[in-house]
Amino acid sequence: MSQPLLKVQDLTKHFPVGPRTILGKAEQFLRAVDGVSFQIEKGGSLGLVGESGCGKSTCARTIVGLHPATSGSVRYEGVELTSLSRQGWAPYRRKIQMIFQDPYASLDPRQTVAQILDEPLKLFGLGRPRERRLRVLALLEAVGLNPRHVQRYPHEFSGGQRQRIGIARALAGEPDLIVCDEPVSALDVSIQAQIVNLLGELRERFDLAYLFIAHDLAVVRHLCDRIAVMYLGRLVEEAQRDELFKNPSHPYTKALLSAVPYPDPEVERTRERIVLGGDVPSPLTPPSGCPFHPRCHQVGEVSGDRCSREVPALVHEGQRSRACHLD
Amino acid sequence: MPLLSVKDLAVRFETHDGIVRAVDGVSFEMEEGETLGLVGESGSGKSVTNLALLGLIPSPPGVMSGVVNFDGQEITKLPEPDLRKIRGNRIAMIFQDPMTSLNPLLTIGRQLTEVLELHKGMGYSQALRQSAAALGEVGLAEPEKRLAQYPHELSGGMRQRVMIAMGLLCEPRLLLADEPTTALDVTIQAQILELMAAVQKQHGTAIILVTHDLGVVAGSADRVAVMYAGRIVEEGPTQDIFNSPVHPYTKGLLSSVPRLDSDTSCELSSIPGSPPDLAEMPPGCAFAPRCKKVQKECLLTQPDLVSSGSPQRRHACPIASLPASREANS
Repeated sequence: MSQPLLKVQDLTKHFPVGPRTILGKAEQFLRAVDGVSFQIEKGGSLGLVGESGCGKSTCARTIVGLHPATSGSVRYEGVELTSLSRQGWAPYRRKIQMIFQDPYASLDPRQTVAQILDEPLKLFGLGRPRERRLRVLALLEAVGLNPRHVQRYPHEFSGGQRQRIGIARALAGEPDLIVCDEPVSALDVSIQAQIVNLLGELRERFDLAYLFIAHDLAVVRHLCDRIAVMYLGRLVEEAQRDELFKNPSHPYTKALLSAVPYPDPEVERTRERIVLGGDVPSPLTPPSGCPFHPRCHQVGEVSGDRCSREVPALVHEGQRSRACHLD
Repeated sequence: MPLLSVKDLAVRFETHDGIVRAVDGVSFEMEEGETLGLVGESGSGKSVTNLALLGLIPSPPGVMSGVVNFDGQEITKLPEPDLRKIRGNRIAMIFQDPMTSLNPLLTIGRQLTEVLELHKGMGYSQALRQSAAALGEVGLAEPEKRLAQYPHELSGGMRQRVMIAMGLLCEPRLLLADEPTTALDVTIQAQILELMAAVQKQHGTAIILVTHDLGVVAGSADRVAVMYAGRIVEEGPTQDIFNSPVHPYTKGLLSSVPRLDSDTSCELSSIPGSPPDLAEMPPGCAFAPRCKKVQKECLLTQPDLVSSGSPQRRHACPIASLPASREANS
């Protein structure tokens, strides 16, 4: 098998919190990402889903180097990224780009669209000013914006249009991998559909790979070939998309899928729903054993107190991985 | 007689950019114990409609007009002290963000007992007992302990349960729920929706459920009203709206929602363009610039909401009710 584009292995990110010792060491750690492994092939797309606070955004930011990793490895085409210096990172910044959730906060309000899109081109040394101007117009066209609006400021655009600008900026350096952190969750449904379609279209056109972070399973299903489910900093299940939706195997995945409301009154009123009790525990004080066991509806099916004692490992079985003590 | 009847409700704001008609002639009725889903995208006027029902539009810059009949009483002209007796008592409200709508400086207990002392004239200790019972009813563990806690000590789901408990303390006839689950994760959303349904069954409360999530509406509402740019464009029983939408906006909205069972090989259908600027509304139908079936008359006159088929169904699209042949010719 050829080398994957991105290979993440046992990635952890712990944030020091609370009071420090005299030597300035933290005594308590928030385990935001706690041993996550997955890989993305060239042109592939992985959806990373989970509820708020499960560590999916931290995971994305650690991969692109916005947070230094606590331990573990992130390999891009075989090159270890976590140990790179700032200069060492530079060539990979171009190859790995990011799209953020909030199209209002992620664009500089004092720059015109032309300046916003020119900046990465200039930074990566892509062409002379004249060539760059043409490239900016081509980028706008690619994301479905009117090239005549190139001198406008972000506030003159709607939320959906701003997200298109963010996408154009990510495309500027001709990346191989785009990390999308909840790119459509701030948008209204009719606009959301436009952006989801655009991302799908661009992926085909530029042969992009996506790491797509989202909490909306239906959106992820439209864009990704593989899906990984996170809970409290760990992967609980990873599988090929249709496999995961048809036969969810981890109890949390089952509950998550059953909690998604269907826009169809007949289905919605007749189906059986697994309603989980309680809240997601704090990653400061994660439960012993399986992080999901206090809320798990199938915890009784495992003999003894294994779920509360032993952390289940992510076990690969064919095309699927799962971290659960259930048979 | 319906529990609530709203006629020609309009709210406009005078801003620097001109007059913004946030709600522009909204009429609907509600029966006791039913749930009306008010759906639409951001800026469509659904939340302002809710606020206007309780007279919570700040004036200036807001100007409100129209008639709201609640329980046989016209409430828009009531003086503030009388309105206060209704708010939180006979009509209660749950807001989207339980963090900003609870007072961070007061304990949960203080905020709950205040409602009972004010509306029911209870003493503190009796109000405290009742509050603890209410928290227990919404499924919060250790209600006595919660009473002594501050909002920041609770999780998002717990805070929303507190909001619901507070809303239901006086057993209101009508509950206005403004995006009650939008800030919550899906597994917690499922808990809260289930709780609201149980509470409604037990107390016979009518609920106006404002949301942009069509999935939530599908599961919880008896009737649905779809809003666009300050107006109701279509209304009817939930089943009918989802099975046979008439208005092009409703159709577009329904088909742009990604579903867990839809075909992923093709693109999601989307509505081109974006909603109009409420300060610069087109003269005709507000949806016309984005509409696939737009005709000349759509750009000139604003269509009224009229009954179609059954008395329960209403929509505001004269083109959609034309026989299919003309539609095909155009």
